[in-house]
Amino acid sequence: MKKNTVIEDLHRTQETEKSKTYLESVKMQDVARECGVPAAQVYGVATFYTMFSTKPRGKHIIRICCNLACHLEGADSIVDALKGKLGVEMGGTSKDGEFTLEQSSCLGLCAEAPAMMIDGQTYGSLTPESVGKILDTVRKGA
Amino acid sequence: MPTSKSHTDKKNIPGGQNRLVLGSVGVINPESIDEYIAAKGYDALKKALSAMKPAQVIAEVKTSELRGRGGAGFPTAIKWAGAANEKGDVKYVICNADEGEPGTFKDRAIMEGDPHKLIEGMALAGYATGASKGYIYVRGEYTLSIARLAKAAADARAKGFLGANIQGSGFNFDLEVLRGAGAYICGEESALIESIEGKRGEPRLKPPYPVQKGLWQKPTVVNNVETLANIPAIVLNGGEWYRAIGVEGSRGTKVFCLMGDLNWKGVVEIPFGAPLSKIIKEMGGGVKKDRKLKGVILGGVSGSLLTAKELDTPVDFKSLALIESGPGSGAIIALDETRSIVDVVDNIAHFFMHESCGRCTPCRAGNEQIVRLIGKIRKGEGSHADLKKLEELGWNMYQTSFCPLGQTAPNILLQSLRKYRGEWEACLAGKKEKCAC
Repeated sequence: MKKNTVIEDLHRTQETEKSKTYLESVKMQDVARECGVPAAQVYGVATFYTMFSTKPRGKHIIRICCNLACHLEGADSIVDALKGKLGVEMGGTSKDGEFTLEQSSCLGLCAEAPAMMIDGQTYGSLTPESVGKILDTVRKGA
Repeated sequence: MPTSKSHTDKKNIPGGQNRLVLGSVGVINPESIDEYIAAKGYDALKKALSAMKPAQVIAEVKTSELRGRGGAGFPTAIKWAGAANEKGDVKYVICNADEGEPGTFKDRAIMEGDPHKLIEGMALAGYATGASKGYIYVRGEYTLSIARLAKAAADARAKGFLGANIQGSGFNFDLEVLRGAGAYICGEESALIESIEGKRGEPRLKPPYPVQKGLWQKPTVVNNVETLANIPAIVLNGGEWYRAIGVEGSRGTKVFCLMGDLNWKGVVEIPFGAPLSKIIKEMGGGVKKDRKLKGVILGGVSGSLLTAKELDTPVDFKSLALIESGPGSGAIIALDETRSIVDVVDNIAHFFMHESCGRCTPCRAGNEQIVRLIGKIRKGEGSHADLKKLEELGWNMYQTSFCPLGQTAPNILLQSLRKYRGEWEACLAGKKEKCAC
């Protein structure tokens, strides 16, 4: 029985990479070596789970929920507001490199729908107006 | 606005509950082991280790008739006895905390509000089944749950409730809190095990079941958060005490998540057997804006769709099975009269298309086809033949998908085609306002 920590290692790698929120190919190979598994397996894992990215992303990751509870409370208008403010489509990164907009599955914030997360912080009861303020606050690093 | 630190500090919690699992949620400081201990915390573990044999713990759980709270409702004692009876000295207990069913946040409430209860339940499960190692697999997005569980585990270790020779009993048990990385499929127990092993979350063929060959091919019990959080009270007060709560076939309480078009949203805990109409009225404060209720999605988007006429059915496994429903994860999503069923089903279809792991064809291709057909219908280009195709596709997926994800993905689609046929046909007739597209 060998302890295999591919997923935890990928989390840590992605988090500790300075101002990078994605997994570089060479780093994935390091994880494979440390865990004693084929690099293909690590790549397979990195591309399977939505929290990992093998492509460069912005400094902050926005995870917007569009599942039923949020949808009923107008998640579409929040998505439009975010796209407008950031000038990106879903999955895109803002030109200043600050934000990547990603769609997330249910975040378990249904009682405060519509909801999203930016990095580790949750935000609920969103309105098209409030998201602009939230982005400004996060951008300032407050 | 940033959400309140946790779901536990919600205001105006409805009365009339029986909070066995949520009793300390919002009451004690979840980051203080002393407050948990002062509220009889770890008394059940001490009792079991000092006065009960592992088989007696299983016997109490059997008497309680506790069934799994993750959705499937499998009798917990049968699972535990299965693992306990397997040969071998290495066994595992896994807590499935990969809560991801849309509309479900009960496990989050437990983990954020009373993490020690889960840890005590894990230790008791380990003692009963002969496992000395446990894992709590929490979805990666639940950052506060992860932080609180990790602190709780460290504090429990420091006080001798985890680790070697717990409370001087000779019983060894320790656990690790693991993070998921964003995959709904990992809520399926064998996919979750694959994920812990560092692989893509693709389900395994069963049998062998996890209790026979689970993590690293060793006997493994996989239980939901709420299931394990019920264990301390059962061990402390006895199975007979627990069995007196609820109704035949569905003993104890259930934590429900209320949302959608209701006046109050959040988690509530009540004994099994109350009609949905009563839960909606008394706990959810009725429908918002005094509108009429069109229907309710029960148990999450893989659950079932109930019409307003079906809401007097008692919420328990037996009564709901008669109308092809079940309590599922405990999610209750209320839809008022202004909601379009086609729009709701379309949203659900997109979710499953995104979350299919891709391993088997019926689920991978089926969910895509469903999205495509619904899109065609919503554009006003559909025909009755497309509705028939949707029915056939759904039925095929139900019968031939590899795991419960693909088998349950078409549940609400199929029920909507039967129960709300008129709305689909209105969409075909080009009444676009009906489906808000």
